[in-house]
Amino acid sequence: MRPVLDWLDDRTGYRRLLRAVLVEAIPGGAKWRYVWGSTLTFAVVVQFITGLALWASYSANAQGAWESVFYIQNDMAGGWLLRGIHHYMAHATMILLVLHLMQIVVAGAYRAPREVNFWFGLALLFIVLGLSLTGYLLPWDQQGYWATKVATSIASITPFVGPALQEALIGGADYGHLTLTRFFALHAGVLPGALIVLIAGHVFLFRRHGVTTGERPAGARDGGNPDGQFWPDQALRDAVACLAVMAAVLYLVIRTGGAPLGAPADASEPYAAARPEWYFMFLFQWLTYFPAETEILGAIVIPGLVVTLIALMPFAGRWRLGHRFNLGFMGTILAGVGLLTWLAYAQDRADPEFVAAQHRAQAAAERIVELARGPDGIPPSGALTLLRNDPLTQGPQLFADRCASCHSYDGHDGLGNELAEAQTAADLKGFASREWLTGLLDPEQIATPRYFGGTDFARGRMVRMVQSRIAGFDAAQRDDLAKVVKALSAEAALPQQAALDEADRSEIAEGTALLASESIGCTECHEWRGTVEQSLGPVLTGFGSREWLTGFVRDASHTRFYGDRNDRMPAFGPDEILSEAEIGLLVEWLRGEW
Amino acid sequence: MSEKPQAADAPHVVEEGSSGTAPAPRRGFLAGMGAIAAGGLAFLAPVWSGIRAALEPLERPRQDADLIPVAKLAAVPDDGVPHKFRVVMDRVDAWNTHRQLPVGAVYLRRAGDSVEALNVVCPHAGCFVNVAADRSRFVCPCHKSSFDLSGAVNDPASPSPRDMDTLDVEIRGDEVWVRFQNFLPGRAEKEPVA
Ligand code: HEC
Ligand code: HEC
Repeated sequence: MRPVLDWLDDRTGYRRLLRAVLVEAIPGGAKWRYVWGSTLTFAVVVQFITGLALWASYSANAQGAWESVFYIQNDMAGGWLLRGIHHYMAHATMILLVLHLMQIVVAGAYRAPREVNFWFGLALLFIVLGLSLTGYLLPWDQQGYWATKVATSIASITPFVGPALQEALIGGADYGHLTLTRFFALHAGVLPGALIVLIAGHVFLFRRHGVTTGERPAGARDGGNPDGQFWPDQALRDAVACLAVMAAVLYLVIRTGGAPLGAPADASEPYAAARPEWYFMFLFQWLTYFPAETEILGAIVIPGLVVTLIALMPFAGRWRLGHRFNLGFMGTILAGVGLLTWLAYAQDRADPEFVAAQHRAQAAAERIVELARGPDGIPPSGALTLLRNDPLTQGPQLFADRCASCHSYDGHDGLGNELAEAQTAADLKGFASREWLTGLLDPEQIATPRYFGGTDFARGRMVRMVQSRIAGFDAAQRDDLAKVVKALSAEAALPQQAALDEADRSEIAEGTALLASESIGCTECHEWRGTVEQSLGPVLTGFGSREWLTGFVRDASHTRFYGDRNDRMPAFGPDEILSEAEIGLLVEWLRGEW
Repeated sequence: MSEKPQAADAPHVVEEGSSGTAPAPRRGFLAGMGAIAAGGLAFLAPVWSGIRAALEPLERPRQDADLIPVAKLAAVPDDGVPHKFRVVMDRVDAWNTHRQLPVGAVYLRRAGDSVEALNVVCPHAGCFVNVAADRSRFVCPCHKSSFDLSGAVNDPASPSPRDMDTLDVEIRGDEVWVRFQNFLPGRAEKEPVA
C-alpha cells in the first residue's frame, strides 16, 4: 500500500493538500461553536447527493413532472425517503445559514479583513433562497404552481425589465413545459454551480483569515486553552454536529412520511391554499400591507434597502457604535421576520375559508393517489386528466357552480361552503335513495325546503297527494308504501345500496307490483313500467338511474319529467350550459359512482 | 486506503502543524475514528437512498410475456418472404400507463398454414434488421450481420453470435398471435430481457 501511495503523492502531492485541509490551526482549541460552517457544507453536499439521485428519475415537463415525482414518492423503493431528505435538508440549510449569519454578526466576524467573505456568505444566502424557490415548483403540484406564480408575478413588477424578466424566466407568456425546463436548469445547473464557486471562495477566504476568536488580541490564549487544530478534535465535533442535523432531518421525514405532494397543477382550478415555504411566509405576509401601486415598495425597494444595509455591516462595524447598530438592526429584522411569519400563520389558521381550502387540497392530494393507483394508471396525457374525469372531484365543483344557486347538498353547496342564497329547490344528497324517498313521501317533510317546499310544487299535485292521501294511510298501507319506496329506489341501482337491493329482492318485487296498485295509487299520475298513457308527474320507470338522471339534468321540462310545469330547473343540455361530459360527471357524483 | 496510515499520520501531522500541544496519540486516534464514524453515519441515509433509487429499475417486478394478436392471417402474404408487422400493446412505462402503444416489430413469414415470427432486433448489437432489397436475405444495417430468410446466420463473417430470435406463434382463428419478447444481444444463447 505504502509504495502505491508514495507514488500517488509524488505525482499529485495529495498529502500536502490533505494536510492543508486537515491541519488548520484553531486558536484556543476545538469548539462546538465552530461547527456551523461544516454543518452547512454537509447540508449542501447532502442536497447534491439526493438531488442527483432525484434528477435520475425526474422529468421536467408539464405532463411528466408531477407524474415522475408521484412515481418517486409512491412507487420507487426508498423514493419517499430520498425526496424527504432533500426536502427537509433544504429547510435545515435555511436555518443553518441564518444561524451562521447571526453568529458572524454577533461575533463581529465580518470586520476587516473579512468583508469580502461576509458578502460571499450573503450571496450564498440568496443562492440558497433561489434554490428553494425553483425547487418548490418542480413537483408541479397545485401548491408549488400557485405559490411560484406569486413569486414570478412579483418579479414582473421590477422597474423597466420586469415583464421581460418574467417572460424569460418562465419561458413564455404562461407557465408550461419551458417553465419547468428553465426552473430545472436553474435549480440543478446554474444555482448549484454558483453555489460551488461561492462556497469554494468562501472557504478559501475563511482559511486565509482563520477563525474569528472574538475581541481579544491575536495570539492570546482563550481562557488558557492551548491552540488546537482541525484534525481530529474539531473534525469530531463537526461530524457529530452533522450527524445531529441528519438525525433531525430524518426525524422530520419519518414523522411526516416525506415531502408533501399535492394534486397536479391545474391552471383552471382555484387553489386558495397556495402558500410559499415557511421561510418565505414573512414576505408573503409583508406584501399584504402594500396596497396596489405601492407593491414595488414592499417587494423591491424596502427589501433592497435592507439587504444593502446588511451588506454594509462590515463598514459600520468598524466602530463600536456601528457594531451595536448592526446587532440592533439584525435583531429588529429577525424579530420582524418572526412576527410576520407568526402573523401569517395565525391569520391562516383563523380563516375558515383557508382551512376549508386546505382540507380540499388535502382531499384532492389523497384522491389523485387513489386514481393514479387505479386500474388505468396515469395516462400519457398526465394525471390531471384523471382528476378532470373524476366525478368525486368534479361533481362538487360543478354542483357549487351550476346547481347550488337553487339546490343544496347535505345543507351546503357541494364543496362544504355555506349556501350563498337561500335554498329554493330540493337537497340532492342521497337523491333516489330509500332514505331520500321516504322523506319525499312523508307528509311532514315533502313541503319542507329539503324537497318541494321552496318551489312552485309546494302546492302541486304531488304535495297535495302526499299530504292528503298518504297522511291518511293505515298501517297496512304504510307497510306497503315502505316496499314501494324500496322498489322505486332500486330503480336507481345506486352503488351504495347495491347490497341492500340484493338482500331485499322479494320485497322489491312486491313493491314493484304495489306501486301500480289502486291502494297506493302512484300510477294514477306517474308512468310506471308502461302503465299509464299520459304521465302527469315524472316517469318513475328507471327513476334516479344514470339514464333517467342524465335525461333529467339535460332537460327537466321534457314531457318525461316535469313537462311545461317545470319550475326553474334550467335545460342544461339543450341550452348548452353543461357539456354532456359535465352532466355525466355530475350524475355520477350525485349517484355516488366513483 | 486502510485506516492505519491515516491514524499513524494524525499525531505526526500535529507535530509539524501548530504551536499547540498535540493531543495524546491515543486520544487523537479515537477522535479521528469517531469523526470518521460520525461523518460516515451522517451520510448513510442520503447515500443509501440515492443508490437505492438509482438501482430501483432492477427491483421492479418482471412481467411474463403473453401471446398477443399481431396481424390477421390474411394480412401475411403467402410468398415465402418475411413481412414486417408492428406490435401494439398496453405498456406501463414508469409512471405512465399506455393503451395500445407500438412497442416493437416482428417479421412474419407464411409457410403454408403456419407462420414463423422473428424479432426484428439484431442479436449482435440490437439494431433493426432489414430485409435486403432483393428479398433474398436479412441484413443488419449496422454491422452487416447477414441471415437467411428463416433468420439463420448465413455468412461465416457475420458478427451476430446467433440466429435471429424466433418468437412463439399461435394461429387463433384468423389471427396471428405472437409472444413478443426481446432477448439479450451479444451472446450465443437466447436469453429473454426481463
Ligand atoms: C334555477 C334553479 C335551479 C337550478 C340552477 C338547478 N335546479 Fe334542479 N330543480 C330546480 C327546481 C325548482 C326543481 C323542482 C323542485 C325540486 O325538486 O326541488 C328541481 C329539481 C331537480 C331534481 C329533481 C329533484 C326532486 O326533488 O325530484 C334534480 C335531480 C335536480 N333538480 C338536479 C339539478 C342539478 C344536477 C342541477 C345543476 C346542474 C340543478 N338541478 C340546477 C331548480 C334548479
Ligand atoms: C295526483 C297525482 C300524483 C300521484 C297520485 C303521485 N304523484 Fe308523484 N308526482 C306528481 C307530480 C305532478 C309530480 C311533479 C311535481 C309536482 O308537479 O308537484 C310528482 C313528483 C314525484 C316525484 C319526484 C320526481 C322527480 O322529479 O324527481 C316522485 C319520486 C314521485 N312523485 C313519486 C310518487 C310516488 C312513489 C307515488 C305513489 C305513492 C306518487 N308519486 C303519486 C303527481 C303524483
